[in-house]
Amino acid sequence: MSAQHVITTPPLEPSDTIPSGPGNRPTAAAPGGKQRSVKGRLQLGNVLVTLILTAGAILMVAPLAWTFSTSLKTRDGVFELPPQWIPDPFVWENYARIWTAGPLLSGIQNSLIVACSVTIIGSLTSALAAFAFAKLRMPFKNVLFLGLLSGLMIPFPTLMIPQFTIFASIGWVDTLLPLIVPGLFGNIIMIFFLRQFLNSVPDSIVEAARIDGASYLQIFWTLILPAIRPALAAQFILWFMAMWNDYLAPIIYLNSPGKQTLQLVIANFNAQYAIQTDYPLIMAASFVALLPVLIVFVIFQRQIIESIALSGSKG
Amino acid sequence: MTTTMRRSRLHRKEHQAALVFVAIPVIGFLLFTLFPLIFSVYASFTNWNGISAPVFKGLDNYTKMFGDRYFLKSLWNTLYMMIGIPVGLVISLALALAMNRKMRGTTFFRTVYYLPVISSIAAVAILWQWAFNGDFGLINQGLSLIGIGGPNWLQDTATVKPALIIMAVWKGLGYSMLLYLAALQSVPRYLYEAAALDGATAWQQFRHITVPMVRPVTFFLIVTSIIGGSQIFVEINIMTPTGGPEFESATIVWYIWQKAFDNLQMGYASAMSVVLGLLVFTITFIQFRLNRRNQFSID
Repeated sequence: MSAQHVITTPPLEPSDTIPSGPGNRPTAAAPGGKQRSVKGRLQLGNVLVTLILTAGAILMVAPLAWTFSTSLKTRDGVFELPPQWIPDPFVWENYARIWTAGPLLSGIQNSLIVACSVTIIGSLTSALAAFAFAKLRMPFKNVLFLGLLSGLMIPFPTLMIPQFTIFASIGWVDTLLPLIVPGLFGNIIMIFFLRQFLNSVPDSIVEAARIDGASYLQIFWTLILPAIRPALAAQFILWFMAMWNDYLAPIIYLNSPGKQTLQLVIANFNAQYAIQTDYPLIMAASFVALLPVLIVFVIFQRQIIESIALSGSKG
Repeated sequence: MTTTMRRSRLHRKEHQAALVFVAIPVIGFLLFTLFPLIFSVYASFTNWNGISAPVFKGLDNYTKMFGDRYFLKSLWNTLYMMIGIPVGLVISLALALAMNRKMRGTTFFRTVYYLPVISSIAAVAILWQWAFNGDFGLINQGLSLIGIGGPNWLQDTATVKPALIIMAVWKGLGYSMLLYLAALQSVPRYLYEAAALDGATAWQQFRHITVPMVRPVTFFLIVTSIIGGSQIFVEINIMTPTGGPEFESATIVWYIWQKAFDNLQMGYASAMSVVLGLLVFTITFIQFRLNRRNQFSID
């Protein structure tokens, strides 16, 4: 990892004069005055950059921290001037109130049902298709693949009105099915990346397994799936977060409060309780909605960040 | 003879398996993309409320659209809010340069700057609505520290779009920064070393090495941001549910959604959605073409 780092403003002196190991640190008596000035400048730069990045980081986190802080205040504490960053007193009770103030629990359940069923089954169908596109012979393979890719160029708002009409005609409005069913057929972005990833797996392992008499499904389970696991995991997490955070499709289909996904529930909290100026309640509910994805991100941040950086540089 | 027969049988089996595996997403594409697309184009030429049968009206919806004050306003608002794209790119490139150093804490900063990207847009819109509150919001509290009396951001025609832009930049910064960082790390170091030997200043190195080397990422980010920016909906729906003061924050997708699902003018809304689709398609297509040309020029 560190070998990939490039210093964008390199020192003017040849870089090999910089002592690299920690044991190489020049002492005050060392005759390397020039060395120290280079190192000193680098360190000064690092300190300055760290200060700037810290200031930026505070700006980035401030709204999130403010949400959490507000969620622990009393209803009147919100309007105190100057504002308190650390609530006094801490009203943890807000986090108890949210569960009865609106259908938050069913919102979480609905979001979990949608996100889990889509990503688990959809990942499987995507992986199967990626396997076929990358490793199997088939007529019109590239035409089909390009056809699927062209779907990426069409924005969802262009499709949402007919999709709504279709699902309305079979009575699926106000159910979770319109959010789930299209996803079960797979995700072209995932197919694309898994196919890319499979290009690095030698074709010969498929051939060899065929000669040994394995079926294609067996090859998929025992050879392909383990091989693509890292790429699959990263894409799975990204898809899960996208489904969890989705708002436009749910707002079109879901009307009754008990059927709504979490994002709609907190939006309704916002509309409903802002009139009563119960901001702590709104912020507590929003924070609960943010938390699962934040936790997933912090745990898997390395894989997520790497796969995003990869997808961008390939784009 | 027998071997060729066996091989062709093997091939047929392989074709069958591949076809079954590929069939699922292809059927999904036909059902949920291609068919709705055709339907959308057809509906755009009709008068249709979504319940009774569509009535063919030719180009009526399209001519109506360009005389519709609200449509033109929402189109203008959508374009206006794209000012945030170059602003975000400049800041994120600066951040990426800052993080692309051998120093402690870069992983931590990377994670922190990325938090808004993964946060749900609905929650983000809610918390920024509160942050933009005129009397008690975080933004105006911060401004009052340096003696500025902030406006009532989301209720003021002059500030509602800037407010939404600030929020969009905040949310998108981490993503562009990450892609720039990946691009910077792949710039060969010898380029800088050679330039330094030739006496190039830090600014010259930035201008003539860094900027051209990250150009593909810049291009990718501009295109994806335009595509994303042309579809802004959630923050408008949550922060300014009526389209903002004097319709100042209504976007195309918000207007399409309102026409289709509030006013049940599905034919008219389809026509607007087709225009949006054409816009996005054209931008994506240009990206593909230019990308190909970029590759040629490198070869």
